[in-house]
Amino acid sequence: MSLLSVTNLHAGYGQMTILKGVDMTLDAGEIGVIVGPNGAGKSTMLKAIFGMLNISEGSVGFDGADITGIRSEKLAAHKIAFVPQEANVFPSLTVHENLEMGAYSRRDAYGAVLDSVYEIFPDLKDKRGQPAGELSGGQRQMVAFGRALMIEPKLILLDEPTAGLSPLFMSVIFDRVIAINKTGVTVAMVEQNAKQALAIAHKGFVLANGRNSYTGTGNELLANPDVARSFLGG
Amino acid sequence: MNELVFFVDNGLIAGLIIGAIYALGAIGVTLIFGILRFAHFAHGDMMTMGAFISLIIASLLQAAGVHGPFALVFIGMFPAMVITAAIAIGLDRIFYKPLRQAGARPIVLVMASLGVTLMLQGVLRLFGGVSARNMFIDRPKSIFQFHLPGANRPIVLTEPQIILFVFTAVTVFALHYFLTRTRLGKAMRAVSDNPDLARITGISTEHVVWATWIIGGALACAAGTLLSMDVALKPDLSWNILLPIFAATIVGGIGQPYGAIAGGFLVGLCESLSVFNWAILLRPIKPYLWFDIPSSLALVPTEYKLMVPFLILIIVLIYRPTGIFKGRVL
Amino acid sequence: MAQSDSPGRRDRHPAAEWQRDVLAFAGLAIIILVLFLSQGAVYSVRVMVEAGCYALLALGLTIQWGYAGMFNIGIMGFLAAGAASSMLISFPANPKFWASPGPMLVALFIGKLFLCGIAIWVANKADRIGVSRRVKGIIVTLVLIASFVVISNHMASMSQEIESTSGWMGGLGLPVLFGWAVAGVVAAIIAWAVGKICLGLRSDYLAIATLGIAAIIKTFLKNADWLTRGTLTVSPLPWPVPTPANGHFVLARSYYLCVVVVIMVLLYLLLQRAYYAPWGRMMRAIRDNEDAAEAMGKDVTKRRLQIFVLGCIPMGVGGAMLIHFAQIYDPSAFVDLNYTFLIWVMVILGGAGNNRGAILGAIFVYIIWTASAPIALWLFHLVAYYGHEWVGWQPPSDLDSRALEMRVFVVGLAITLVLRYAPQGVLPEPRARH
Repeated sequence: MSLLSVTNLHAGYGQMTILKGVDMTLDAGEIGVIVGPNGAGKSTMLKAIFGMLNISEGSVGFDGADITGIRSEKLAAHKIAFVPQEANVFPSLTVHENLEMGAYSRRDAYGAVLDSVYEIFPDLKDKRGQPAGELSGGQRQMVAFGRALMIEPKLILLDEPTAGLSPLFMSVIFDRVIAINKTGVTVAMVEQNAKQALAIAHKGFVLANGRNSYTGTGNELLANPDVARSFLGG
Repeated sequence: MNELVFFVDNGLIAGLIIGAIYALGAIGVTLIFGILRFAHFAHGDMMTMGAFISLIIASLLQAAGVHGPFALVFIGMFPAMVITAAIAIGLDRIFYKPLRQAGARPIVLVMASLGVTLMLQGVLRLFGGVSARNMFIDRPKSIFQFHLPGANRPIVLTEPQIILFVFTAVTVFALHYFLTRTRLGKAMRAVSDNPDLARITGISTEHVVWATWIIGGALACAAGTLLSMDVALKPDLSWNILLPIFAATIVGGIGQPYGAIAGGFLVGLCESLSVFNWAILLRPIKPYLWFDIPSSLALVPTEYKLMVPFLILIIVLIYRPTGIFKGRVL
Repeated sequence: MAQSDSPGRRDRHPAAEWQRDVLAFAGLAIIILVLFLSQGAVYSVRVMVEAGCYALLALGLTIQWGYAGMFNIGIMGFLAAGAASSMLISFPANPKFWASPGPMLVALFIGKLFLCGIAIWVANKADRIGVSRRVKGIIVTLVLIASFVVISNHMASMSQEIESTSGWMGGLGLPVLFGWAVAGVVAAIIAWAVGKICLGLRSDYLAIATLGIAAIIKTFLKNADWLTRGTLTVSPLPWPVPTPANGHFVLARSYYLCVVVVIMVLLYLLLQRAYYAPWGRMMRAIRDNEDAAEAMGKDVTKRRLQIFVLGCIPMGVGGAMLIHFAQIYDPSAFVDLNYTFLIWVMVILGGAGNNRGAILGAIFVYIIWTASAPIALWLFHLVAYYGHEWVGWQPPSDLDSRALEMRVFVVGLAITLVLRYAPQGVLPEPRARH
């Protein structure tokens, strides 16, 4: 059975419907990448899964449970984490405190998880006492990532993690994504850098105008000439 | 020397006293501003209400024949703080939370808080009347005098003033510990920084809202009680103290508790030093001056004391709206 | 009750709205009738005059809240300033003042005010000559403080001089209606100054700033004995129509009422015309979508300032009308409760942005408010009586004043209840963003 199954999802902001019947399934341990032109509804899909928008029709199932429309605060208990694209750290809190906030919903000791996060992101360990707002864009991204890992999620949703970052950082981020995925975390990732993202993806979903356009494995989509022409020009 | 003592008494100490009161009030206001995102106009009345509750408890203790090492009203202040915190949570539940959940704009919450202020005022005036009350019902307040060499006047500190300073210092440390070492305190800072991200992270905004009202309500009660202990308990204390507290909040930076403390002392000192008659300090050197000094060299006449926090507020709002500690400009 | 062509209410039938209005006015008429029958003509006409003045104040606030979402807590300041101006214009002159060096001092004072104003204005433009913003801030602060010291010192010596030689400045003895017009102008000037400084602020901050303004104006008027006689009060203030002589209260008050009604109707018609005129359309466009309007090149801040000033004019005139009717100018009587919160309740109940609603709300709330005083007293005496009978309770000696004061509670309750259960009456039509 799939870990994450999105079925016929209609969702949007207020009166506006952006997603007009989107499907997506991810099995445990996979990396799923969502690509498409601007306005296609990629970020909207993640937000809808994470209970941040109105879902007018369709359903979202996770690990056997129906999580359609469940609000964000409650989803940590289901072991789903979300890393937004912008404003994804608490600027006045230190790096360490940001990570601690990730573990807010945990009742148990999280020292081991903290250590493992610092292992995955050694740069953060150096800067643990610094306010997160003083870090560079790429470092902030890592803080946001690390914060999400603190609940030891089964599924992590990433909204354009490489946006605005240098190519060096981009490969670092993708590197970390693969590393985390290898520990068993399922990843659903929205990306503008479609080519590089699809290269590491198990499954790819191309969205256009709020609907599924092409679906397949990462390699299939990369090899598809239509996809390459329309969306992978860059 | 006498003049220096006068300056310390009426300029410095007076400024620090009122500054501490403003600081205690401003901490609550700034937290509410930063986390709940609206100007809490009912804070002044919460202070008065807290003072009243302290007085009631003190009267009950007196009727029960209790004697304490401190004034009864100070002993009564602590349960009063708890009660005021509970009332604050209750008021939020009934009046503000429904509006928040309906997505009301902040200005509507301000209007609701004005409605709450009026209701509190009505209740207070009903049960308390409009006259001033002395808080020291069981014994007169102790007065401590310090004599400096060469001066006939002593530096005067009263019991409530000393209690106030100690309480403020303890509050500052306790607040610092809470905000930097406890999970809930860090969560409050997180929600103040970015409430959307806090929700995404799984932080319970409900807990944080509760903590905000508890801290705000308890400190308001303490500030009101201590101020009334120093002066007297009057129902119209509320309205006059609102403006300086807002000034302190904005000067310190919205959402910045340390800023609120600094802002409170700044506003308090500016206020008392502005109405201070500086001519008095010049008196000893008068014989050496070739010109006459006017009898009153106060920057601001006493009746216009209110102008000082207001002026500070306007200047800050125009030129540095983020305040000293770079809080948010909402 | 909202204007029928605003976006959120397009579905409401114009006929239904007429029906609602007629019903509301009819209901009000009945209440007024009850008032006259129960309290007699003398008292009732007085209540109606005051209600009419409050209607003017409510109209001013409705302009600000309904058109621009501005929460003005400083109503009382503009009201008091307008009242003081009118008093100064229309009260008979004080010959002792004019014979003394007083007028010279006042002229000097006005001159200094002017110079300081120019100094501040110039300092504010310091960035034009390449001074950094921070330094400019410091310069302006210093100029502000210096101006403040100069002005307050001059005022201190001037007031002392005037008070010792001639008591107070006295008036100018000009016609009352002219005084009312000046009241509006003075309120407009103060509003302009306040608005220039504060209107860029978010509505929370504006509320705090207007709170401060009102407090300062009130303090100034209360303490400026040379200007207003302070706690000694000024009376009797003249009327635009013959004052009640020989006990003909009803007739005289009715004449006054006519004047009030005429002014109110004129203002209402003006506002309605403006609403449908190009100016009104532009204001509504800004209100409904400020970002788009700004993108189209409309100067939003300038328009908001216009609205703020326009809204304060009726407040000044209404304040003048009120104190002239009472024939006594007492600066300590400007109590926040009566003037600020009552008017807010009137506007909230009547529906934001709705002029008819403001008038209706004002008259209705005011009648209820004046009726509440005897009712509160009666209620408390009842409770005191039974309390004493049943449990031997001794009521406090100031029971009467407590009874009157606690009406504040009801006002607050009204505000919070309306906000909670009928916010459509409160929130102006939503401004669409995105």
